[in-house]
Amino acid sequence: MKVVNDFSWKIAGVAGDGILNAGLMLARCCMRGGLNVFASAEYPSLIRGGHNHLDVRVSEKPTYSHTKHLSLLVALNMDSVRKHAKKLLPGGGIIYDGDQLKLMEQDVGRSDIKLYPVPLLALAEQAGGKIMRNVVAMGATIGLTGFDIELFNEILRFNFGGKKGEAVVQANILAARFGCDYIREHYCRSGDDKPGGYKSVDNIDGRYSIDGGHPGDGFGFRLERREGNGHIFLSGNEAIVAGAIKAGCKFFAAYPMTPASSILHGMAANEKAFDMVVKHTEDEIAAINMAIGASFAGVRAMTATSGGGFALMAEGFGLAAQTETPIVVVEAQRPGPATGMATHSGQGDLRFVLHASTDEFPRIVIAPGDVTDCFFKTVHAFNLAEKYQLPVVVMTDKYLGESYASVEEFGHRGLKMERGKFIPDGELANNGHEYRRYKITEDGVSPRAVPGQKGGMHTASSYEHDEEGFEREEEETRIAMHHKRFRKLETASKEIPEPEIYGPAKADVTILSWGSPKGPIKEAMKLLQKDGIAANYLQIMYLSPFPAKKVAETIKKAKRCVIVESNMTSMLNSLVREHCLLDVRDKVLRYDGRPFNPEDIYQSIKAMVAG
Amino acid sequence: MDGKEFKVPMNGNGSNGNGVEVSHGLKVLQDRKKTTMAGLTPKELPTWCGGCGDFNILFTIKNTLVELDIDPASTAIFSGIGCGSKTPHFIKTYGFEGLHGRSLPVATGTLLANHHLNVIVVTGDGDGYGIGGNHLIHTMRRNFNMTHIIQNNEVYGLTKGQYSPTSPAGFRSPSTPQGAIDTPVNPISLAITMGATYVARGYAYEVKHLQKLLADGIRHKGYALIDVFQPCSTYNKINTIAWYKEHLYKLEDSGHDPADKMLALSKAMGDGDKLPIGLFYRENRPTYEDSMPQLNGVPLVKKDISDIDITPMLQRFK
Repeated sequence: MKVVNDFSWKIAGVAGDGILNAGLMLARCCMRGGLNVFASAEYPSLIRGGHNHLDVRVSEKPTYSHTKHLSLLVALNMDSVRKHAKKLLPGGGIIYDGDQLKLMEQDVGRSDIKLYPVPLLALAEQAGGKIMRNVVAMGATIGLTGFDIELFNEILRFNFGGKKGEAVVQANILAARFGCDYIREHYCRSGDDKPGGYKSVDNIDGRYSIDGGHPGDGFGFRLERREGNGHIFLSGNEAIVAGAIKAGCKFFAAYPMTPASSILHGMAANEKAFDMVVKHTEDEIAAINMAIGASFAGVRAMTATSGGGFALMAEGFGLAAQTETPIVVVEAQRPGPATGMATHSGQGDLRFVLHASTDEFPRIVIAPGDVTDCFFKTVHAFNLAEKYQLPVVVMTDKYLGESYASVEEFGHRGLKMERGKFIPDGELANNGHEYRRYKITEDGVSPRAVPGQKGGMHTASSYEHDEEGFEREEEETRIAMHHKRFRKLETASKEIPEPEIYGPAKADVTILSWGSPKGPIKEAMKLLQKDGIAANYLQIMYLSPFPAKKVAETIKKAKRCVIVESNMTSMLNSLVREHCLLDVRDKVLRYDGRPFNPEDIYQSIKAMVAG
Repeated sequence: MDGKEFKVPMNGNGSNGNGVEVSHGLKVLQDRKKTTMAGLTPKELPTWCGGCGDFNILFTIKNTLVELDIDPASTAIFSGIGCGSKTPHFIKTYGFEGLHGRSLPVATGTLLANHHLNVIVVTGDGDGYGIGGNHLIHTMRRNFNMTHIIQNNEVYGLTKGQYSPTSPAGFRSPSTPQGAIDTPVNPISLAITMGATYVARGYAYEVKHLQKLLADGIRHKGYALIDVFQPCSTYNKINTIAWYKEHLYKLEDSGHDPADKMLALSKAMGDGDKLPIGLFYRENRPTYEDSMPQLNGVPLVKKDISDIDITPMLQRFK
């Protein structure tokens, strides 16, 4: 018996090997075959060379993250074998180019996995070009797992058809066929096709006992097609783009910065189809100021950057607050300080985003945790920004923004676009009163007029100002305006949803987290459950205003609490201490630039519970 | 060709249909009163020093809006931080007094969001040529349809007298006690080489001449830079009214041809110790916004966003 549809695959090589594209094709193929998939890549900040690898997790069950352990490794060089062979599960295997690498069992140091040399390069050349080496490896993967090569051909058509032409499609189909056939002919002959050398496999979605195996036999994992589920497969950044377009964002300005650049690319690719203006600016300062200008004129506007770019935006961020101009800023974190680790992941900007710019002013900070959150929370960010006329930050990181997941198609029709206190054209012109842009109101929000509207003329000022917008320095005016601005946050907090709890109401351990660890945490909960440890998880999606009541309640009720986040000082715990006057002692923190994996979270929490 | 389309305000009973063609593609609203000096004057009064050139520049901008009968409700004036950047508060149009050096990107965002607006930018020399220098060079090469007036008094006023990017070498100030070492920015040659399509220089005490430059600059379809020399009665003891009187001459009196780029550059590089004012250079080049098919029709701000159908986009993720 083999492990069916509980599969973790990795392809590893150097930058320029085309790893990302190949992996995404395999993932999309599995999704179309009715399975759940997740894909994430790790790559260095250079165009050629270095060590690149991409993980594809495939499961019959909903799957939320990559895993540490692997079923199959496609190693395009020796470095990849050295780095990743130890992560293979029993019954797993390595596909590599036998003409390039001479691997022996002692090279990988274990006897419970199989080696599958395939002449990747030679077969690619035979099919029409070296460049298709990856596609040969994909074909070999399909062959070894018993998946549907016809379905993969469909993906090749989807990927290369149209823009590259039929010849390219056919060459790729041939390359995949060569890889698939080679593996089946050489390693899947009848009788060999039984896994062996191990009694059981303990993977995330199940514990599998294997009978009748004997050492040296076939590959232990199988992929089988299921009914199509109509899912879509996209990255966090692509979901943000979709959310922004849905929300009616008509103006987007940004300066390229990893890991936010694909938002710029996604917005630009859609600017004609959806009547938007997308501007690659001279710097991030221009980007945020342009977004403010566009919003001042009445359109929904956004910018996206990483921590370094957001540092340049800090003054403009305050300008949006002071002029009460709604904007949405995506801050896709990477490790710092300064340039830091450009292509890696982290959650060290939380305090920075919560405090960026001078003095104190209200801001809303939202941290989606997965691809679906990215879509819906971006839409919500635009609604909140306009309703409360303040800057809203959508905080992500490299792991969330650049990882891909298959998810249910977003139910986007009929989502409400809340434009707040925009004054309809006719009302302004006729009321005869002097319009006051910053009118003091009970909820803190003032009626908003935009250029072009007769009767709404005013000057928005970065200086402190009175109700009409004129510069003022009197104590009373300052206090009244400061209070008015903060009242908006109070009003907003009434409608901001409370953090959601995942898992059983009663649990042995309660995990508190924010942002991208969501996926690995949900997978770790599966592992804990298998060990009889009941875990639940509080996802803190809205960090400003901080949901102190719900967080405090949860911590007080919990048998044991642990914070999981990607920074060294546990910024989330500092917020808990600040807002709840509570202290969460147990933490799982990771700050090496890599995302959490479920196995490590599971091991850490298991050890805590045991201790 | 140099006629600028006068923009119809968006409100006129909810449509753009009320505009009538007058001439040069100019549009005015039938139901709109003529723009007047009184109508452009809010209750807020300027607080500049006596003898400051900002008064004359303010007065000339308002006069120009009256002369061209520009609708204040469809006009937005942007500034940064500095004495002269308070100007938007003293003209009753829409205004945005943003951050030091950042007025051009804010103006750009507004223009792209609603390209039917008249966009005017007013900054000082520190704001425009110093801290905002990066935005300036990139805005010029993009050629948006906007008019950028730079109040150039060659010194920092609001922060009390430090040297500015246009202060002459040797200028002594609290921040340059031994005299400025930097070669000053030459805004005119910079603008000509960076792709500005209307490059002029006026003088705050030649108001009629300045008004002509402003009116032509506003009419010009594209980015118009109008550098305006002005005395700073408090901090600049060198470039005084008497000094300007001695050093300025008018380009139009010297038979200059603003279509000749190389000649314009040579005039910009200076003429001994004489400094020309007037129109240096003008060319017609498509504006940035005219080059975007998305902006062919109604402005972005008029697009319906209530329930955008993203189904076709999501299909690509299947």
